[in-house]
Amino acid sequence: MNELNFHPALILIAGALLLPLLRGTARSIAVLSAPTLALIALWLLPEGRLWQVQWLDYTLAPLAVDKLSRLFATIFALMALAGGLFALRQESRLEIPAAFLYAGAAIGVVLAGDLVTVFLFWEFMAVGSTLVLWSAATPGAWAASRRYVAVHLAGGVILFAGITGHILATGEVGFDRMQADSVATWLILIGFLINAGAPPLAAWLPDAYPEASWSGTVFLSAFTTKTAVYVLLRGFPGTELLIWIGMFMIFYGIVYALLENDMRRILAYSIVNQVGFMVVGIGIGTEMALNGAAAHAFAHIIYKGLLLMSAGAVLAATGKRKCSELGGLFHSMPLTTICGTIGALAISSFPLTSGFVSKSMVTQAAADGHLQAVWLLLAAASAGVFLHAGIKFPWFVFFQKDSGLRPADPPASMRWAMILFAFLCIALGVWPGPLYALLPYAVDYVPYSAAHVITQLQLLLFSGLAFFVMLDYLKRTPTITLDADWIWRVSGPAMARVFGDALRITRAGLGNDLAAGMRALAEAVVRQRRPGGLLLRSWPTGSMALWVMVMLLAYLLLYYSGNSHA
Amino acid sequence: MKHEHWLDHRDNVKKLWRGFLVLLALTVVAGLVVDLHPHFAIEGWPGFDAAYGFVTCLLMIVGAKALGLFLKRGDAYYAEDQQDE
Repeated sequence: MNELNFHPALILIAGALLLPLLRGTARSIAVLSAPTLALIALWLLPEGRLWQVQWLDYTLAPLAVDKLSRLFATIFALMALAGGLFALRQESRLEIPAAFLYAGAAIGVVLAGDLVTVFLFWEFMAVGSTLVLWSAATPGAWAASRRYVAVHLAGGVILFAGITGHILATGEVGFDRMQADSVATWLILIGFLINAGAPPLAAWLPDAYPEASWSGTVFLSAFTTKTAVYVLLRGFPGTELLIWIGMFMIFYGIVYALLENDMRRILAYSIVNQVGFMVVGIGIGTEMALNGAAAHAFAHIIYKGLLLMSAGAVLAATGKRKCSELGGLFHSMPLTTICGTIGALAISSFPLTSGFVSKSMVTQAAADGHLQAVWLLLAAASAGVFLHAGIKFPWFVFFQKDSGLRPADPPASMRWAMILFAFLCIALGVWPGPLYALLPYAVDYVPYSAAHVITQLQLLLFSGLAFFVMLDYLKRTPTITLDADWIWRVSGPAMARVFGDALRITRAGLGNDLAAGMRALAEAVVRQRRPGGLLLRSWPTGSMALWVMVMLLAYLLLYYSGNSHA
Repeated sequence: MKHEHWLDHRDNVKKLWRGFLVLLALTVVAGLVVDLHPHFAIEGWPGFDAAYGFVTCLLMIVGAKALGLFLKRGDAYYAEDQQDE
């Protein structure tokens, strides 16, 4: 702590606390400068454990930097900047401060060198993201936020139990590579996976995120799941189970997104799908796969932010979010259409976009490891991404039948945020060098070979053909699809009602006897608590001394009988 | 709003479709010409990625539809639960 190292997370959180005091231009400048300053501070930091704090018997490291943590902190600060720009005209004055608290906490997690700090910022993230949801100020958002916070607090408790157990068992607080071989490490892994959107609780994500405001969902899409990817990358690389958990997430996301009508819920399911690719990469665990997972998280935050910005622009302009009510918007929103389409091409890993240079590293790692089944499933999944997000989203929102809606492109602040991210999607795809240089391991991979470009184009274009051939089967209907959240929204409350009724009936069946008995007992307690009653009476000192003696004798007896056995 | 976009004309959409089909054919032909240095034997089959992409997408759509038969509900399904919050 000798040199002057500013903690980027604290800069962003300080910005969040300052924002409510500001108005007008000063506020806009603060919104843009807080993430910029955090980014600068981050890049001025050397590598290593920079802050050390003594806490109880442990040495905490609230600020520790290496390549992996710098990569994630960079993209989180960048996301806070672009999201802040996009949200400048948001009427809710709570949202940006909440989002900066949230983003700052996410940066805090990735710069934490010990598990205690990880946990602290982990919980701050839950608070910040819930506040972002609240700032939408709709009944739907309020209801969703209560379910959201319940899942995350439960996840937090599991994580806390795991971390406490781990520290007690090993005496170590450092956040390093772990093996899922004890109850404590399993609990940590489960806590991490809940935030990643892993089964069986993945439904928290598509349930909550689409209820935020037009700009709130942009923030929500970036931090929680990608922080989970980061902690899995650092804590559990090469855990084979993660391959299959990730694979489930990939296909769950595709199938549910194919059935979905709400444009932002389609994109929310596709977050689970994309995080699935990263989790598979972490499960494979080779340097190529881990690089791929990290690079894909970086690229994903940008194109998913872009996709949700374009959806947010549509929502802000039309007030509509269902595909069955949208369509034909390319007529009047050309810029939004182009930016949304660039995001859609990037998520589909089209050549010359960021997805192409990041996701293919995971696929390549599967091939290098001779995991043919994994490789085949990943290839099918890549085709499925184009299907459910790459074509479906832009097609039903911007093209398809003309809905007759003619909203204009959004105001300048929103346009520039979209242009910035659209530029990055293409720039990273055309010029992957800088991203590869940031990855945790040295990159020995050339994405642009003739073979790779051709096979990828075949895969994607023919899945596009499948989309249009099957278009009649994909027509949007005003429906939702039941997910695991049904358990806590419908069946859980129904069971509570049934048991509640049963309890009432049983109580009535027992008749008044018990009730009368309870009443008598209650009255006795009340009576004895009055002045002069048994509990509040003044006792003579003599009787007190007598009771103390009785207690001491009892203690003596117990002591000797205990000892005689020993 | 009588302003018509070039995409609103059926002829242009037809041209786009033709262009798309030509592009599909080109990728398959290019795959035959270029050495794809496959990692797995199955990758060496001519037009493997094209066929695989097409067929797996059909399967995913059919699979999703089948699941939808059981799990689809009207979009007011959760409305009650949102109102009494």
